[in-house]
Amino acid sequence: MNDITESRKPPVATTGILGWFRMNLFSNWVNSLISLFVLYILYQFIPWILNWTIFAADFKYNFNGEEIINREMCSRVLDPENGGACWAIIYVRFYQFMYGFYPRDEVWRVNLSYIMLAVAVVPLLFDKFPFRKHFLKFTYVFPIIAFFLLNGGLGLDPVSTNKWGGLLVTLVLGCTGIALAFPLGIILALGRRSNLPVISMMCTLFIEFIRGVPLITLLFFGMVMLPLFLPEGIDMDGLARVLVAVTLFQSAYMAEVIRGGLQAIPQGQYEAARSIGLSYWQMNMKVVLPQAIRISIPSIVNTSIGLFKDTTLVIIVGLLDLLGIGRGALADTTWLGLAYEVYFFVSLVFFIFTFGMSRYSLYLEKKLKTGINMGAD
Amino acid sequence: MRSNFNFFSDEKFRSIFFQTLVIGLFALGIFFIVQTTAYNLEKRNIATGWRFLSDPAGFDISFSPFINFKSTDTHLDVYFVGVLNTLLVSFCGCIAATILGFLVGIIRLSSNWLLVRVAYIYVEFTRNVPLLLQIILWYSILIQLPRVKQSLEFLDTFFISNRGIYSPRPIFENGFSYVFIAFILALISSFIIRRWAKKRQDDTGQQFPVISTAFGLIILLPLFLFFILGSPMSFDYPALKGFNFKGGMVIRPEFIAMFLALTIYTAAFISETVRSGILSVTKGQREASASLGLKKSWIMRLIIIPQALRVIVPPLTSQYLNLTKNSSLGIAVGYADLVHGFGGISLNQTGQAIECMVIVMATYLTISLTISVFMNIYNRSIQFKEK
Repeated sequence: MNDITESRKPPVATTGILGWFRMNLFSNWVNSLISLFVLYILYQFIPWILNWTIFAADFKYNFNGEEIINREMCSRVLDPENGGACWAIIYVRFYQFMYGFYPRDEVWRVNLSYIMLAVAVVPLLFDKFPFRKHFLKFTYVFPIIAFFLLNGGLGLDPVSTNKWGGLLVTLVLGCTGIALAFPLGIILALGRRSNLPVISMMCTLFIEFIRGVPLITLLFFGMVMLPLFLPEGIDMDGLARVLVAVTLFQSAYMAEVIRGGLQAIPQGQYEAARSIGLSYWQMNMKVVLPQAIRISIPSIVNTSIGLFKDTTLVIIVGLLDLLGIGRGALADTTWLGLAYEVYFFVSLVFFIFTFGMSRYSLYLEKKLKTGINMGAD
Repeated sequence: MRSNFNFFSDEKFRSIFFQTLVIGLFALGIFFIVQTTAYNLEKRNIATGWRFLSDPAGFDISFSPFINFKSTDTHLDVYFVGVLNTLLVSFCGCIAATILGFLVGIIRLSSNWLLVRVAYIYVEFTRNVPLLLQIILWYSILIQLPRVKQSLEFLDTFFISNRGIYSPRPIFENGFSYVFIAFILALISSFIIRRWAKKRQDDTGQQFPVISTAFGLIILLPLFLFFILGSPMSFDYPALKGFNFKGGMVIRPEFIAMFLALTIYTAAFISETVRSGILSVTKGQREASASLGLKKSWIMRLIIIPQALRVIVPPLTSQYLNLTKNSSLGIAVGYADLVHGFGGISLNQTGQAIECMVIVMATYLTISLTISVFMNIYNRSIQFKEK
């Protein structure tokens, strides 16, 4: 017998659109089943969520074209079958979400601070920003300007911090916490690695203590214990007390991140700096820290994301941040029961900030990696 | 040679000088704080000391599955209820988050593009929204469940309503302790058999069916004993009486909200560590084990996971610590944990802020330290041992 072997079938396509589908969705029958199942769920879910959030939703007017002023006028209350989200609650309360109870006549001060914050932060983030050096000078003085602008003084009417709220409080807590914790974290990290046993032990104890307890207990500490520790006459308002707690908390986490960066600096750098006669502080400020901080920036951004999310905890001690304003809106009898709209909106605002920060940290990591590789080659 | 020796340029002297200075300043600061605090406490008529712990609390706690708490019980009992509730939700959360996290982490490395995308969206959304918001959101969903009268029924034994999940409560009768003892013995002996089987396999290469033996010992033996002894267990079924259920066992919506939020939030982080852990095992390991002819499931179980675990466990430890600390957010939905019960209500009633906060903080430190110690022991046991 001298049969010709049966000719094989051509291999299945692995390129092109069909090939892509076969490779990524239907590579075997289990995968195909999973893909079909997920597609079915998405087919059910995506139209529903789009409909609820956008197409069937009220923004300012309900389906009768009336301007919504209470929950009874929301389409989803009038017509539970077809009505979508009632964003009017956000629309009506938008001022509170952005500024809290800041006086309307003075709100330009908050807006100006928001704009200046952007001018101060954006050049800090991108090192190819044009005229970056000059912008950075502004970044250094910005906190002082913002303090007087928001708080009053220097000819501006004072605005008590218990009128602040919404995004303003969230941003003040987040930005101030990060800005103050950064230098404190550097000092703690250097202290923990110090050769002086007393200092290293005290820094280690402080860091491990803070990292071992939840933030909420530190906030309680700031709220109920701090006033007992202070002598008469020194009165701190709620926001300042919370800021103390948040800064202490963040500085411990920042210290650990920076310590990681310090450990990554080769011993040779220390020895070289010492051998050219630099003092301890010169060595750290001019040689070690600039390198250590550069490599720990992605992790610093990551802990900052954590802090930014954790600022919501201040609602437990009675401050009205973005989430606090949202809960306040829900407690209002005219808007009762619109929880999903409010929580959706607050989540979205947080998501925009934190997702942006995490993308930025990824971008930095990538940049750092290529930078180091270039140095090694 | 210089005649006027400058003490300050001597490193040893300088180090001693600075450390003494720091200790001195620290002691001064403590002294100052103690002074002002004592003065402030006296002025505000706040009692000091630990006597308040044995005073009756005077309030009720809605969720106390382990201790039967009455309002006449002391603040110390409030503390124990709080600790147990904190540990309960943390423990359940850690286990569920580990399972979900490993699942999502492995899914994110699967070859199904759609599944990978869905997992990615889940991770990004839950990681980037504050946990407190998620807890409150889950709670607001749960309390929109039907009222008690219209509760959802399953087989007439489970009832789901906005007051929680009601289920039958097991009542252990005489003789059940034997079943329990058998169970414990089975656990111990399975552990010993596993060690013995491993040693024998190392020495002789012969394998032993450990899993099926352990299954038989742990499940079948107590079950067998249970029926031999005439089923010494009955159930107390929940029944609707008036406005609420009587009898049975209830899981409150506060607990469910905390559990769901903590699990879903932490699992997103765990999935990332699992993913990076598995990715850290080089491709060569997979190829080498495939060329040895190992099955696909064996490659994962025997080659990839043990190596990935070395990378996964340290960040996993810190996720467990985070979860435990985050369980303190129960106060936002009224879950009677350590912070809410003892650090919140007891503190407000007695006004003894310092004592309460010291106890709460010390407890969290102890819990954190305990988790760290155990996870470090586990970590050491899985690290690469050079022979």
